[in-house]
Amino acid sequence: MEMYLYIALFAPLVGSLTAALFGASKKTMFTGLFASGMLFASFVSSLLLLIGVLEGNTYHVEMMTWIATGDLYVPFGFVVNEVTVTMMMVVTTVSTVVHVYSIGYMDHDKSFNRFFSYLSAFVFSMMVLVMSDNLLGLFIGWEGVGVCSWLLIGFWYHKESATWAANEAFIMNRIADLAMLIGIFIIYWNLGTLQYEGIFAGVNELNHGVLTAAGIFLFVGAMGKSAQFPLHTWLADAMEGPTPVSALIHAATMVTAGVYLVVRMNPLYDLIPDVGLFIASLGAFVAMFAATMALVNRDMKRIIAYSTLSQLGYMFVAAGLGAYWVALFHLMAHAFFKALLFLGAGNVMHAMDNELDPFKMGGLRKAMKGTFIMMTLASVALAGIFPFAGFFSKDLILEVAFVEHHYILYTVLLLTAGLTAFYSFRLVSLIFHGEERYKLFGFHPHEAYKYMLVAMSPLLILAIIAGFLFKGTYYEMVIAMLPAGEYHVHNQVVYWVMTIGTQLFVIAAILFAYRKYENAKIDLKVESGFFYQLLFNQYYIPKLYDELFSKPYVELSKMMWKIDNAVVDASVDGIANVFYGTGNKTHTMQNGNLSSMLRWMVLGLVALLVSAAVFIGIVTNADAIMKLLGA
Amino acid sequence: MEITLTHYLVLSTVLFAIGLVGVMRRKNLLMLFFATEILLNSVNIALVAISHYHGDFTGQLFAFFIIAIAASEVAVGLGLLVLWFKRENKIDLDIMTSMKG
Repeated sequence: MEMYLYIALFAPLVGSLTAALFGASKKTMFTGLFASGMLFASFVSSLLLLIGVLEGNTYHVEMMTWIATGDLYVPFGFVVNEVTVTMMMVVTTVSTVVHVYSIGYMDHDKSFNRFFSYLSAFVFSMMVLVMSDNLLGLFIGWEGVGVCSWLLIGFWYHKESATWAANEAFIMNRIADLAMLIGIFIIYWNLGTLQYEGIFAGVNELNHGVLTAAGIFLFVGAMGKSAQFPLHTWLADAMEGPTPVSALIHAATMVTAGVYLVVRMNPLYDLIPDVGLFIASLGAFVAMFAATMALVNRDMKRIIAYSTLSQLGYMFVAAGLGAYWVALFHLMAHAFFKALLFLGAGNVMHAMDNELDPFKMGGLRKAMKGTFIMMTLASVALAGIFPFAGFFSKDLILEVAFVEHHYILYTVLLLTAGLTAFYSFRLVSLIFHGEERYKLFGFHPHEAYKYMLVAMSPLLILAIIAGFLFKGTYYEMVIAMLPAGEYHVHNQVVYWVMTIGTQLFVIAAILFAYRKYENAKIDLKVESGFFYQLLFNQYYIPKLYDELFSKPYVELSKMMWKIDNAVVDASVDGIANVFYGTGNKTHTMQNGNLSSMLRWMVLGLVALLVSAAVFIGIVTNADAIMKLLGA
Repeated sequence: MEITLTHYLVLSTVLFAIGLVGVMRRKNLLMLFFATEILLNSVNIALVAISHYHGDFTGQLFAFFIIAIAASEVAVGLGLLVLWFKRENKIDLDIMTSMKG
């Protein structure tokens, strides 16, 4: 089985490096197929490992020693257990689909090979992040996915906005990563190990303050990667990247790494319920906050991005309240339907010549039947209608909040569920229903390649069945590692009222969205209102950051530049000028006249003689001189 | 008055100074050769005198070598000088500036 572990881990790397060989050359279908094939191999290996794990095994290998110095010992160790194998399945499934889809999506792009090289490199980093058996390996993967995210957001680097968004994402993550690194340092400082096994064995011995500090710092790292408030602005801007990238990185895998970290470190977070409550509260806040921004946005991809943000908030609520298996379950279900939604949006963009404003679409269901069905079902799953995946995972989070007696969180999440349904179907309605407004703008939509739709279909199936088919098996499997908890409302009446009530509420929100946006009427009175403007401008937070951080920083940099000019540059230039000046003054010595050269020679001889005499004088009278200085 | 080592060395130094001034001041190439000969021979005097003083023949041997080298140097130098004179009709040092950097 060890071999499967290595295949699962390194096949994407092989694909990436092979594609990189052809990175600068013209599009070759081979790289796309080869990278996808490698991903499929990784997927199959993960599946075999999953079967092994279901039989009750875990796999732990130490490939080689990485750092061994003094008391610090960190190997390149990889572990496949109940939690990591779940993540591996999510990552490999979605990335295989996205790879195949990208062959079609990037068909006309001249950097086709480069794209696959980056995309496979991302999957490799993600696998390192997930499978590493120590925090430092996780951190390497963490940075690796960050770099790949930067490369892929800025994939179309000739676009100013894309490079800006890439840098924004990278810098925001860097801020959070610093905190995460501090968290890792605190753990090493107090436990002397970075292996999960060692940490979990020793974590009970630590005092509360240290645990709280470590928990908070690690969570700040998770906040950056998972784009939680106040580090959330980069995710919406990251939509500048190609759509398959948004589906894979900014919906299904990388942004969920923060949730994964909290789930993976569950023995630590179990000991600090205060921090857990903070995580849950922040999660609920972000769920609502992001959902409200999604209500009014005019950019198809940004709406889905805010929805991702909102769903990440849900996951953090579950993780914060100690329902780690629920968080991981929602992570999995969300990965499937959100990736599907993004890929559908990619099809629409392709059909509409990269147009993103859904108000310019309308009535696309005739031209794009397959995409229409997929996106609608994905939205249904996102809204959490029975029996789709979202119902089983998202409603479970609501129940967790209810059972744990956090009624405020429950209310917030319930309202957010309504908002989720509303904005999802606002989007579907604007794109696919109503009049064919795109004709006014001269678009000629066409359905995507057939194999792209076929590639998407596994996600569709998973979005439908992942909930009711996998929940039981998954629960049985992960409780070996994560705290068990059924989170059932014991009172039958309350349970049914809650479930059916939520369903009705969500359906009502869907119908309302349909009614309101079928004709894509723009209500000017609402749009000029304060709340609409507030939401449309993302609560003015990007503007606030610009005023609060960017502009003062630019001013500071300008000042520093002046100091740099006056001190550093001036001193370096000064030294150079001294040499230049002496050379300039003394070059007249070299006038070619033998007589004057002889004179300089004599002068040099005299200088040498004098210095030799002085030197000998000092050496022979050293004692006397020392005495003189001493006195 | 007995002639001691000091006298020889003083003579050598005086000759060396005369030679040095000649090297610095003379503009005639022929005179420059004379000056260098004076320099070399002043050193020879010092070498022989010190050698005699120490009863060691090494210094006198050195003086022979210097005389031989000086002779060959003058031979080559005079040959070049004659060539130069044929070309330029002058042996003034100030016109020899073709090595100017």
